[in-house]
Amino acid sequence: MASINVAMTVNGKAASGTVEARTLLVQFLREKLGLTGTHVGCDTSQCGACVVHVNGKSVKSCTILAAQADGAKIITIEGLAKNGELHPMQAAFKEHHGLQCGFCTPGMVMSAVDLVQNNKNPSEQEVREWLEGNICRCTGYHNIVKAIQAGAKAMGR
Amino acid sequence: MADTGIGASVRRREDARFLTGRGNYTDDINRPGQVYAYMLRSPHAHARIKKLDTKKASKAPGVVAIFTGADMKTGGLPCGWLVKNQDGSNMAEPPHPPLAQDFVRHVGDQVAVVIAETRDQAKDAAELIDVDYQPLPAVVSLADAVKPKAPQVWEQAKGNLCYDWAIGDKAAVDAAFAKAHHVSKLDLVNNRLVANAMEPRAAIGEYDNLSGDYTLYTTSQNPHVIRLLMGAFVLQLPEHRLRVVAPDVGGGFGSKIYHYAEEAIVTWAAPKVGRPIKWTAERSESFISDAQGRDHVTHVELALDKNGKFLALKVQTLANMGAYLSTFATCVPTYLYATLLAGVYTTPVIWANVKAVFTNTVPVDAYRGAGRPEATYLLERIVDVAARDLKQDPADIRRRNFIQPSQFPYQTPVALQYDTGNYEATLDVAMKMIDYKGFAKRKEEAAKRGKIRGIGLACYIEACGIAPSAVVGSLGARAGLFESANIRVHPTGSVSVFTGSHSHGQGHETTFAQVVSDMLGIPIEQVDIVHGDTGKIAFGMGTYGSRSIAVGGTAIVKALDKVIAKGKKIAAHLMEAAEADIVFKDGKFSVAGTDKSKTLTDISLTAYVPHNYPKDLEPGLEEQAFYDPLNFTFPSGCYIAEVEIDPDTGVTKIMRFVASDDFGKIINPMIVEGQVHGGLAQGIGQAMLEDCLYDKESGQLLTGSYMDYCMPRADDLPSFEVKHSDKPTPCTHNPLGVKGCGEAGAIGAPAALMNAISNALGIAHLDMPATPERVWRTIQKQKMPQAAE
Ligand code: FES
Ligand code: FES
Repeated sequence: MASINVAMTVNGKAASGTVEARTLLVQFLREKLGLTGTHVGCDTSQCGACVVHVNGKSVKSCTILAAQADGAKIITIEGLAKNGELHPMQAAFKEHHGLQCGFCTPGMVMSAVDLVQNNKNPSEQEVREWLEGNICRCTGYHNIVKAIQAGAKAMGR
Repeated sequence: MADTGIGASVRRREDARFLTGRGNYTDDINRPGQVYAYMLRSPHAHARIKKLDTKKASKAPGVVAIFTGADMKTGGLPCGWLVKNQDGSNMAEPPHPPLAQDFVRHVGDQVAVVIAETRDQAKDAAELIDVDYQPLPAVVSLADAVKPKAPQVWEQAKGNLCYDWAIGDKAAVDAAFAKAHHVSKLDLVNNRLVANAMEPRAAIGEYDNLSGDYTLYTTSQNPHVIRLLMGAFVLQLPEHRLRVVAPDVGGGFGSKIYHYAEEAIVTWAAPKVGRPIKWTAERSESFISDAQGRDHVTHVELALDKNGKFLALKVQTLANMGAYLSTFATCVPTYLYATLLAGVYTTPVIWANVKAVFTNTVPVDAYRGAGRPEATYLLERIVDVAARDLKQDPADIRRRNFIQPSQFPYQTPVALQYDTGNYEATLDVAMKMIDYKGFAKRKEEAAKRGKIRGIGLACYIEACGIAPSAVVGSLGARAGLFESANIRVHPTGSVSVFTGSHSHGQGHETTFAQVVSDMLGIPIEQVDIVHGDTGKIAFGMGTYGSRSIAVGGTAIVKALDKVIAKGKKIAAHLMEAAEADIVFKDGKFSVAGTDKSKTLTDISLTAYVPHNYPKDLEPGLEEQAFYDPLNFTFPSGCYIAEVEIDPDTGVTKIMRFVASDDFGKIINPMIVEGQVHGGLAQGIGQAMLEDCLYDKESGQLLTGSYMDYCMPRADDLPSFEVKHSDKPTPCTHNPLGVKGCGEAGAIGAPAALMNAISNALGIAHLDMPATPERVWRTIQKQKMPQAAE
């Protein structure tokens, strides 16, 4: 199995390593960098538990190879809070009880932040459509939708 | 303390770690020197293993060891509940080896474990294992399995029958039917579901060869039970050598209650390879190795008098067990199902017969609600059919048959005694929320837009807080179902609570802390909740069946009572008063009628620095309680769904979904509502989308990934309207008055929705899930492109 050297910026810090050609970005993050906040919930790119930001856009980190992310700027859930303060979207999830077991949550939050980057004030329907690629089995989405709308408002402030 | 005590929507303390990616789920844990396990699983539904050759695979890069059934001759995975046949004989109980012995009996049955330096190497090597299978005829559906010449899953289970069980008075039911004015009948299917917790199962087995201690990290809802079952029955290890840790667990919904083969395999193999072994399921593996849910076929008949009063109920059910008996499998379609068939009604006589059947499918066990959704679905469907037969309003016929508040405690004809309830109150709230009276107008308006509108309601009851040990013991349970709690008040007054309940999303760290902070009158920040580790907690029976607050919470209260009682002794000594004169309130021990008082901190410090201390009292302030409930708790409620169907496409849109529940006393309304939302999503999933399907010929699982098994996504669901009863009826037999709320949504939602869809289509019945295709076909069959009726 061919090995490849990769280097990228993860949460503002330089990160590099040697990976097998087939290594997925999510494996690199979890297993090589120990950033276990990004989760794996499926093997068919359906669940969205693994969403991270690659160069500012939300991407399912199980759908791209680590090698493809060479040179990219990656933000994971661990990089969202600043100076010990929750990101407004994280705070909104807490305030509106947008999580239960917390397993889908990092992917949900990363997706939500990207939504708001594109749409400052999404309607309920827009939020629900945007979440098409993220599955939550616990919350019934009701409070996630509320949290994201509130988070959008807070991010605008 | 009003802002953080009982009844306050305190924001969850566990959220901070989940939101920042610092949760500690089993797959996040890495042990020094760990290797990875991969399970080789059967591609056949039924086959004899003629040859299993691992030689080539064992030489593959990175391989550390490979074990097969021939190597792992341990005990089998035990079934926790012995059900008796109608004739008094025992059920068929075939063995359940962790690794297949000569035969495989469902797609996914594990035949070998490959252990290698990396996950990918283990997976690669598994492909080199040479298995020669002799395929055998397989059977997957209930209807086929009970046919005379059906393939046999087990030699020792003739006719594929695990048991033929009954409850109730058949002669009385027959007599009531003979006299009835009308009999409504229905055949229905309760579709098989996959729990699909978002976190796939995982396990790490570790062995310390100096001490002889084993540690298992696992995605489990009840670590102590896993320790007991795996230690005592499968591996025959003494409990004190075994520590089971279930850290943060990403959802369970029942599927993580059971003891699974992979847990035993990694623990058993750890000393053999001398390194920790980690196994993590891929999602497609979860589909063929996690216990699945539901899967009933039922014929039901309801006898009524001319006013629409229920006279008798007769139920015949075939329940699928899958290929092996999972831990709780046998009690789900019996004691968790048929005992709830009275529902919220005064039906005087009931008889139910359940035949449990083996098939070549993944084992079936409890899934959110476990038995109670199946009971509610059939009951609330047959009541609607009866209303239709007798041309009565579905709400009226229910009202006429409700058990009245004055009738409690109410003994049902199927064993349970309900302590409290007010079913009309929840019905009234729900009908008001949805404006039931205004429906006809809305239907008319929808018809003008070419849409078919329907409304449907369902009244549910569930038995939660499982359960009195003596009762379950007499019914065949091989376990007691109490809970334990330990309260450790530290010298400076902060408190650690060790609970046998396990949290996998329910928010125990917040709710339980609210109870403790409220009762001890201390800030919630002073309270720490510890759970999920047999190395820290005395004992526990885990979390399922909405038992955490009712049973686990009560154990905490009992332990707190002991802490306060001891505190009073110390306070009496310090203030030179009689113990009987000490009152404890708002965190203070005071002498009645005086202004003398001591804080909890004064007392705890004295307990650990006992220079001036009662003579015969032990130092320290730490108390333990085991609580065995006196009865189940009985939450109930009414759900109403309003739907619109597009006759051209068969697409059903949920316009509104209202829920009115009576959970008795509520500790944290925000968390309770969240639990209801989640349950509703799973109930709606069952009614409209989810269906676990096997190919009849090959026994292959057709819905084996998220691409084929349709779970609700955000866009499939409405916002829910959830209200608590305006006349709640607290539980009478636990000190908190709590009932439990985790499963309600999944229990009530399927019937409400299917009633609404049948109402819209103007038909007696449609089986779940009401996919657009199925609805469209029904519309075509009815030749009714316009609105019904
Ligand atoms: S793990 Fe990436 S989408 Fe499921
Ligand atoms: S919070 Fe558990 S899956 Fe979303």
